[in-house]
Amino acid sequence: MSAWSNHLVLVPILLPLLAGSAMLLYDERRRALKAAINLAATFALMLTTVALLATAAEGIPPQVYLLGDWPAPFGIVVVLDRLSAMMLALTSVLGMAAVLFSLARWHRAGVHFHPLFQFLLMGVNGAFLTGDLFNLFVFFEVMLAASYGLVLHGSGIARVKAGLQYIAVNLIAASLFLVGVSLIYGVTGTLNMADLAVRTAEIAAEDRGLLHAGAAILGIAFLIKAGMWPLGFWLPTTYVAAVPPVAAAIAIMTKVGVYVLLRLSLLVSAGDGVEGSSLFATTLLLYGGMATIAFGMAGILAAQDTARIACFSILVSSGTLLAAIGTGRTDVTAAALFYLVSSTVAVSTFFMLIDLVERGREFGADMLALTREAFGGPDAVEGEEDEEVGIPVPGIMAMLGISFMACAVLLAGLPPLSGFIAKFALLSGLIGRADAGTAAGITATTWTFVALLILSGLATVIAMARAGIRSLWGPEERAVPRVRVIEMAPIAGLLLLCVALTVQAGPVLAYMQATARAIHAPDQYVGSVMKAPRTRPDPAEGSR
Amino acid sequence: MELVVAIGIGVLAGSGVWLLLRPRTFQVIIGLSLISYAVNLFIFGMGRLRTGVPPIIEPGTVGNIALHDDPLPQALVLTAIVIAFATTALFLVVLLAARGLTGTDHVDGRERDQT
Repeated sequence: MSAWSNHLVLVPILLPLLAGSAMLLYDERRRALKAAINLAATFALMLTTVALLATAAEGIPPQVYLLGDWPAPFGIVVVLDRLSAMMLALTSVLGMAAVLFSLARWHRAGVHFHPLFQFLLMGVNGAFLTGDLFNLFVFFEVMLAASYGLVLHGSGIARVKAGLQYIAVNLIAASLFLVGVSLIYGVTGTLNMADLAVRTAEIAAEDRGLLHAGAAILGIAFLIKAGMWPLGFWLPTTYVAAVPPVAAAIAIMTKVGVYVLLRLSLLVSAGDGVEGSSLFATTLLLYGGMATIAFGMAGILAAQDTARIACFSILVSSGTLLAAIGTGRTDVTAAALFYLVSSTVAVSTFFMLIDLVERGREFGADMLALTREAFGGPDAVEGEEDEEVGIPVPGIMAMLGISFMACAVLLAGLPPLSGFIAKFALLSGLIGRADAGTAAGITATTWTFVALLILSGLATVIAMARAGIRSLWGPEERAVPRVRVIEMAPIAGLLLLCVALTVQAGPVLAYMQATARAIHAPDQYVGSVMKAPRTRPDPAEGSR
Repeated sequence: MELVVAIGIGVLAGSGVWLLLRPRTFQVIIGLSLISYAVNLFIFGMGRLRTGVPPIIEPGTVGNIALHDDPLPQALVLTAIVIAFATTALFLVVLLAARGLTGTDHVDGRERDQT
């Protein structure tokens, strides 16, 4: 491998950082230039992450980059394995779609959209790549700081009110994060994730309680991000308030919490020989995840506008993933990863689609207008009305209708699209394994999970059908929304991606299974990080 | 010394949580600041409390762990302080914007008796 491709691992962090910083140097009036830089940087990022994904798919051991050439447990490492490569690619594809969509009108709704967007990408990518707990904290904060700005993009009372609560909740989560990290450091003496996996096995029995407390506090910080049931009430309000391209981009943020939980819980518990200590939190994840599905389901059915359906779909998706991680089985994890990709793409697409579908409607025409007024009307501050330059898409109602249906099918997990394959893989993972010979058979908990999965699909179908009839088939007088190609293209692109996921489900699932096997048996990860070769031999060896 | 630091952290965190649950945005931001002080002290404490020992090894000597303090938590605290400072400043801006837009400093954006 050449030296050039070794450094490619750092591009997902450095490129958005440089692009974002460069844009800050320009005046806010140079919006076209900023948009061009943002677009170019995101596109380059997408190409890089796809290249990284291709490298990771070849089955080589995790690629480790020692920053400053310090050896692993002491210096800071950046690790690219199958899981992080997959998440990076997902992030950049969603980012690309959101940027394209924002160019039509939303990026003009406020200042500094483009730099903040790049910093958001930097934080998310960094969180996926880092192999160090404290750096994870730093990248989390970069991501959150950018997202605070983006959620407030466009201003207005609704956004500022939602932003206030969002920021307060996340500052508390950051405090919990720090307490958890420092407790773990105090007990194990390391912050490197791979080193942590080695050290947890050697912890004395009397310190174990402290380690568990630290891990639990850290876990709560991530569960707040992932939106698990009692901790996720901030999520729907925030996502409804954010402008559509931002909501589409920050849909990946809940998955960052899920990613870290998946990585850390398996890494730490695998190095842990003691029974009762390993997998000590998985029961909580399983039940918490199921509670989240139930809450999200109720929310979907009760939602009175379409954007809220999308928000509660995020909660259902988070809950499903958490519960699937909680089962602690390799095949279920593989299916959950497939579900993660499929559901995140679907939710992002849906956020953007809602904006187009709702555009032609008068808010007063809504049959729930009264209730709506009681709870505060829709935000009056829209993006500047633009003069609809650019090419409008022909046959727009048909295209919107088809896209809406595709989103509904994806979110509910009905055939023929990838949502069905994801749910089917989850169900077969849950039920199939028990057939293969565990003595206990299928437990009541598993049945509950299965039932919740299917019921949440049903709830989504009901809510989506209602919303679709109301906004697309309703007899009300409505202007046909004028939609530009640049707004329809990202939606069509993401939906085509889902179709590709469906057609290529075999290879993709094989990749996910290899990923799941690798994270359930992290010896290779630990070995690669701890034995990562330095580019130059230690100069101090000879001189001392 | 441990007891004093522990009580200090406890008082800061307790007051912080109480203020955080108050309805005024200014109380919330002071509560968040107090919690972040408590967290910073806590990180410091996780490097074990010792006085009068250096955190770095002198050049040319071989260090003895028993004679040195742990430098890492100190570096972590520094980072945590900077980040907490920045996010608190950002929160302050949002707080002012909310006050300007809603005309009240209640966290819900409206007084309890208003509907």
